[in-house]
Amino acid sequence: MKNLLILGAGTAGTMMANKLAPELESRDWKITLVDQDETHYYQPGFLFIPFGIYSREDVIKRKRDYIRPGVELVMSAIEKIHPEENRVALANGQTLSYDALIIATGSDISPEETEGLTGEGWQRNIFDFYTVDGAVKLAAFLKDWKGGKMVMSVTEMPIKCPVAPLEFVFLADWFFTEQGIRDKVEIEYVTPLPGAFTKPVASRYLGDFLEKKNIKLTTDFDTGSVDGARNKLISYDETEIDYDLLVIVPTVMGAEVIGRSGMGDELRFVPTHDRTLQHKEYENIFVIGDAANIPASKAGSVAHFAADTVYDNFLRYIEGRPLLESFDGHANCFIESGFGKGLLIDFSYDVEPLPGKFPLPGIGPYSLLEESKMNHWGKMMFRWIYWNVLLKGAELPIEAQMSMAGKRRAS
Amino acid sequence: MTTMTVKDRSIEVNEEGFLVNPDDWNEEIAQEIATREDVGELKEEHWKVIRFMRDDFQANGKVPTIRRMKKTGGVPVKDIYRLFPKGPAKKAAKIAGLSKPEGCV
Ligand SMILES: Cc1cc2nc3c(=O)[nH]c(=O)nc-3n(C[C@H](O)[C@H](O)[C@H](O)COP(=O)(O)OP(=O)(O)OC[C@H]3O[C@@H](n4cnc5c(N)ncnc54)[C@H](O)[C@@H]3O)c2cc1C
Repeated sequence: MKNLLILGAGTAGTMMANKLAPELESRDWKITLVDQDETHYYQPGFLFIPFGIYSREDVIKRKRDYIRPGVELVMSAIEKIHPEENRVALANGQTLSYDALIIATGSDISPEETEGLTGEGWQRNIFDFYTVDGAVKLAAFLKDWKGGKMVMSVTEMPIKCPVAPLEFVFLADWFFTEQGIRDKVEIEYVTPLPGAFTKPVASRYLGDFLEKKNIKLTTDFDTGSVDGARNKLISYDETEIDYDLLVIVPTVMGAEVIGRSGMGDELRFVPTHDRTLQHKEYENIFVIGDAANIPASKAGSVAHFAADTVYDNFLRYIEGRPLLESFDGHANCFIESGFGKGLLIDFSYDVEPLPGKFPLPGIGPYSLLEESKMNHWGKMMFRWIYWNVLLKGAELPIEAQMSMAGKRRAS
Repeated sequence: MTTMTVKDRSIEVNEEGFLVNPDDWNEEIAQEIATREDVGELKEEHWKVIRFMRDDFQANGKVPTIRRMKKTGGVPVKDIYRLFPKGPAKKAAKIAGLSKPEGCV
């Protein structure tokens, strides 16, 4: 009996275990999945909590209920990975040996990386919404807020779900309008990027959106520190931005265990081949989801498309066949734009988000890079799809590889 | 494609001013780019950063980020911003003859 060990039972780890379980049963392989947390968080739902659309209960489920029988789930923190010795030490004292390893330990915010951020003001008038705790506290703050200047800032790239902070300001514009205080709120979006988003065409579209919604855009701002006593966000070249309410996406880093194991880069992301998803050094390790240092968005949809490649390549690896270079960085993200509407972007390593119809050329029902009610429903339906299709490792009616069908190049 | 002339030698650069052929790079070209980018005369402090970036690129095949310059190169972030004001990651990479730092995704 051989052992496949999967580290992390979040979006990617759960998906991989469920996808491989039926196949490996017949092959004399055992799957063990390790995580430290009994609760599975639907992270895309965190965005809606500050505005009272979702509550904490709407975004959590028990991990066990989503894992197929036949997969052994071990509940413990992972202490250290020893890739040279093919074993992993757990905090509960157990040591697990493996023949093959899939790393899916995700990413998380590290507010301590920014000077002053967790000092005065933290969770008083400075909040994140990338943790359920931060999102819930921000909701409590917003409920009674009378208005002032709200700054939404992205500390440094890459962050997970790079559209989430944009969605946050679009929803905030709607929320304050509903509350009847939009005229008392100034909204500013601060980013280290040269535009609203990472890719040029989408950046232009989204930049126009910000303008239309009267949201000020400040680009090329590299956050150096936060002065919570004086309510100032300060860049490395000492430009200051005032705020009454600061909503921030702190530096996002890979799991601490990756750092402890000496397996990560400066941000604790694991060096991974961007097309095969095999570890750059160890042949018997694959990396999926936010944990990998590949130049793709850190998003659940990306992990979903990547799962096809990891599935194929893991089986090829154990059969001694050459790996496929099939992963193309495909990402597909709904963007909430407020007032019951949304946008959709679909892109890859090589092709930036373009306008058009999706997934059926000319028909949709979703419109790419264009606001529609349908896109909003797509976003809201995503939660159901996440729990009922994605995590089960089942197929969505979307090809894993990005397709150019229905997209317009020139605009 | 545009060109830049350094000591009668014509060097190809892209729309954003990055060298098209990394092998063209030498210290005089670095100085010329620095002047165009308003960085001024390159001093030992600048060269330290430039050398680290080039060595690191050689070793890892990736243009180092500011975070990496701090953590691995030991250069305080404030210094990097002082030496290469306004968009140091891009500016320093350009002067070091490397490509634009990998776009964020
Ligand atoms: C606000 C927000 C909005 C988002 N919106 C979207 C969206 O609209 N669409 C989209 O596709 N994606 C979205 N995402 C991104 C998406 O949630 C992540 O990309 C996805 O969950 C990554 O999956 P993962 O398995 O790599 O990591 P995770 O799901 O985070 O799982 C990692 C797991 O590893 C475990 N772990 C880590 N370290 C250890 C250890 N030492 N010991 C034991 N266990 C450990 C953790 O407990 C966790 O369960 C959003 C994220 C956020 C924060």
